[in-house]
Amino acid sequence: MSTTEGQQHPIAIYFWIWGLLFVLSACSYMVDYLEFQGYLRWTLIIIFMLLKAGLIVAVFMHMMWERLAMVYAILVPPLVILVLIGLMATEAEYVFLKRLFFFSAGG
Amino acid sequence: MAESVAPSYEPGSIPGLKGVVDDWGSDQRAFKGVPWGKAMMWIFLLSDTFIFSCFLVSYMSVRMTTTVPWPVPSEVFALTLFGQHIPLILIAIMTFILITSSGTMAMAVKFGYEKNRKVCFWLLIATALFGASFVGMQAFEWTKLIVEEGVRPWGNPMGAAQFGASFFMITGFHGTHVTIGVIFLFIVAGKVWRGSLDEERPGFMTGRKGRYEIVETMGLYWHFVDLVWVFIFAFFYLW
Repeated sequence: MSTTEGQQHPIAIYFWIWGLLFVLSACSYMVDYLEFQGYLRWTLIIIFMLLKAGLIVAVFMHMMWERLAMVYAILVPPLVILVLIGLMATEAEYVFLKRLFFFSAGG
Repeated sequence: MAESVAPSYEPGSIPGLKGVVDDWGSDQRAFKGVPWGKAMMWIFLLSDTFIFSCFLVSYMSVRMTTTVPWPVPSEVFALTLFGQHIPLILIAIMTFILITSSGTMAMAVKFGYEKNRKVCFWLLIATALFGASFVGMQAFEWTKLIVEEGVRPWGNPMGAAQFGASFFMITGFHGTHVTIGVIFLFIVAGKVWRGSLDEERPGFMTGRKGRYEIVETMGLYWHFVDLVWVFIFAFFYLW
């Protein structure tokens, strides 16, 4: 029974990440609780979200200890979603303006 | 067929991008040193990432295109606890529960590899129970929204009609993932408890030997469910 392929790490790192995730979640909740609005709100939400996602993937899912061939194969493809977001946002903006025009001017 | 761990290469011998090219161009397995079950789980999770992205992007589209104000999630999901009106509190509790379950899961993987059968089992059970309580709270949330607030997939009294459709699709799909995860956590916990993994007994539908890698593979799925919730929490509840 080989254990060479298993992921073995000191337990302290899990507790640290666990604590960090709690703090970051509390922070993102405070963004809502303190009623931050506008760009400040959106920036903070995205920062806390990405930090949490990064910690989960890197440590809990052991990505930082995997071989690069694996890391790239899994983490690079989702980047194309940014293209989809860009396309759909452009489209949505257009649809919104059209709706404003038709609903107010009655076409 | 046993997985032979007798590589002719030095694992990770070439650093950086050259190593990636070397691995992929080796005319052998591309993911060297990675159990195939784990690699396949990652590839499944990658496809799941795209599914959830499609949901979230379509939510973005309907929210951007509607001319009617979007219901304020902070108020829709507020609860009155101990005589106090607290915004978004149920969602915050659900978030903390899911993070806690991720912590216990990560430690279950660690104790699994250490062959600490009992601790691994109880951590898996704790993870499953946290997951079950998450689903329970979600059921409560859905009931409250449907019965008390009158939210339907085609409309609601608070604003844009698309709110209900987005909410039920996104949280429903995520809740389904959590439920499936809880079921599999109990199955894996059972295997650990019986000692099937120590004795390398083959599983129900496979001839492959049982081994503690399946706890890590299970963990990947569970952490992914937590990961998706991070994005749902940010984009649907906080935005």
